[in-house]
Amino acid sequence: MNLSDHPFFVWPFVAGMAFLCIYLPAVYLKWLRKTSARDRKKISAAIFSVKTIRAIREIFSECLLHRRIFRFNPTLGYMHMSLAFGWFLLIVVGKTETMLYTRDGFNPPYLPVFFKYFYPDHIPANFKGLFFLTLMDLLLLFVLSGLTLAIFKRFKSKFLGMKKSTRHILPDRIALTFLWLIFPLRWLAESLTSGVYNAGGFFTLSSGRALASLLPAEQLLLPAWWAYSIALGGFFVALPFSRYMHIFTEAALILLKHWGVKTTQRANGYTDFEIHSCSRCGICANVCQLSADAGINHSQAVYFLRDLRYNRLQPETAENCLFCGRCSAACPVDIQVDDIRLQQRTNRANRCAPAIRRPAAQLPGTPETGGVLYFAGCMTHLTPSVKEAIRTILNRADVKFSILDEAGGICCGRPAMQAGFRQQAESIIQQTTEMILRSEASLLLVSCPICYKVFNEEYQLPIPVKHHSVFFKELAAAKPELFKNSRKRITYHDSCELGRGSGIYEEPRELLRRVAHLVPTAHEREDALCCGGSLANLAISPAQRDLITDTAYEQLIAPAPDYVVTSCPMCKKTFSKGKRDIPVVDIAEALQMALTPEEKPVRVKVGKKAEVLA
Amino acid sequence: MKPANDKWGFRAEGSEQINLDKADSSLYRRLLNREPGFAACLFCGSCRATCTSGNEGMNFRLAHLLLQRGETARLKSLTDPCLLCGKCTLVCPRNVNIRAVVYNLKIMLHEPF
Repeated sequence: MNLSDHPFFVWPFVAGMAFLCIYLPAVYLKWLRKTSARDRKKISAAIFSVKTIRAIREIFSECLLHRRIFRFNPTLGYMHMSLAFGWFLLIVVGKTETMLYTRDGFNPPYLPVFFKYFYPDHIPANFKGLFFLTLMDLLLLFVLSGLTLAIFKRFKSKFLGMKKSTRHILPDRIALTFLWLIFPLRWLAESLTSGVYNAGGFFTLSSGRALASLLPAEQLLLPAWWAYSIALGGFFVALPFSRYMHIFTEAALILLKHWGVKTTQRANGYTDFEIHSCSRCGICANVCQLSADAGINHSQAVYFLRDLRYNRLQPETAENCLFCGRCSAACPVDIQVDDIRLQQRTNRANRCAPAIRRPAAQLPGTPETGGVLYFAGCMTHLTPSVKEAIRTILNRADVKFSILDEAGGICCGRPAMQAGFRQQAESIIQQTTEMILRSEASLLLVSCPICYKVFNEEYQLPIPVKHHSVFFKELAAAKPELFKNSRKRITYHDSCELGRGSGIYEEPRELLRRVAHLVPTAHEREDALCCGGSLANLAISPAQRDLITDTAYEQLIAPAPDYVVTSCPMCKKTFSKGKRDIPVVDIAEALQMALTPEEKPVRVKVGKKAEVLA
Repeated sequence: MKPANDKWGFRAEGSEQINLDKADSSLYRRLLNREPGFAACLFCGSCRATCTSGNEGMNFRLAHLLLQRGETARLKSLTDPCLLCGKCTLVCPRNVNIRAVVYNLKIMLHEPF
């Protein structure tokens, strides 16, 4: 049999591939043109640098090997890897095999795909030929094993570490059907060919012989190849409109990321790359506390990005999120979904809140040159014991300090920003900055992680900003005589804004180990649970919040500690709601409890006896 | 022409009584629809007492009253100073999601009905 006999069946594949080759570059160019001129300058500066090599390394480990998914669950990782890396190898090895066999580097693109059809009686005369036949069969088995897992996952996702699979929409279902058909059809076509010609690799030949003994293999041979070609072509055409757009877009995103492009305040071309890079694997929905505890199943990162991509985003979907960052931390594609969500919130809400100008005379604060300026923030004002503990420790350690918001009435601006009131937040930031600069302090001490994050990221302050857990850790190291270890059992709650938000995990733990016996919990550091109090969620009901709070509290008290320590006044306030057997205290309060008794200056009593003796 | 009672050194204000049956409560109903827990508010004023922007004229309690009375004209000036810090929600004894109500009110005041 040769090329001229039945060449028509290759057309669905060729047409699909041609469509992809035209559509993808066109759409990527369109998105690139939407990025800012600064971003494009960054790209052209970095394109021929070591950054590109680093990007290619990441593309290999994430797009093909799926290392991050392996870390989430090894079986799920294997499933993704066998489909991606297996298919990739089939293409590479297939091309090599064809090139070696035909001794022509420029063979048509369909030749490696349908190699068995064009050279069915290609019997390996040497070790090289046998090697390729066996390898191609092994790779096909590799992909088929992943496919079996994928089908199995649809019905029993728990087996692959997923509480539930993503709910898919029509374009995804169409593409998924084609994808699932590709490899079984390839196996069928290759097996039938092997059966008819009695030649092939160990796998296709044995299955081919079995098929040939049962079925009219010769008549079925061409339809099988047609079906395989149609499945391939159909998948290629459906790809850009389905979740499988991530296959190529993810690689582009990794390149852009390494070249220094970042998510911006407003949606631009880079956002398009991010939105289309989501494979809807559903790992984000699996770590989301809204779905696990509160029964909210429509606003997770995967559904938010999907609705945004297909222009059907409801404002409520963007609003119903705690911004706890668990999804971004778990995302195998590293999509900054919180930033994209904030873009959408800002689009809608920014114009609804005016910039605020407070009369300068009303600005509170007591200037103190060179000392520590302490900003308590709204939430610390709501938990006065935290403020008092900080005041006591600072006084005890002889730290010169003043409190910027002693009288209250001033906000860091982050809550407004998270709601999308950008211009209002910026006006607050500008005024608070002026006040801080006027104080001429040398350091800004903050006891609320929500404030801490915004001071770090949005304020352009010339002085360092420190969260009190870090400041006190350094203080305790410098003056260890101030604190004693109470040997009490405690657990530590990582707040979202301090932990995942600001990357501060170790300092508070180090400090706590100095004053108490710190025991681990089931969810630590990057995997820490949100207390549920987050200001970022504008749609959740108080009852749903309580469900999240209770679960988080339960896991914190599971190791039976004497008390729970957090480093966020808002988490403390949230946990304190309702009846709690084990108290939740701030890290400052835990430290206050560990203060050594103050040595009173010894007064020498001059009594009569002394006089007599003298 | 000066009001007649000016000569007494004080002035009687006109009555603020309204007919609740005729009041336009559409905005109030839309908010209730969005945040049903809003109906539990007792006007205790804890929100107002803890408010970071209280000095700037933020007044949720009054805003709620005016909403019920359908007097929407002053709502913007009563909610514009809010910085959404969320203290009101945390102190509310009736578990009203005050922050979400104010957020939605701010949006609704800018969106056509």
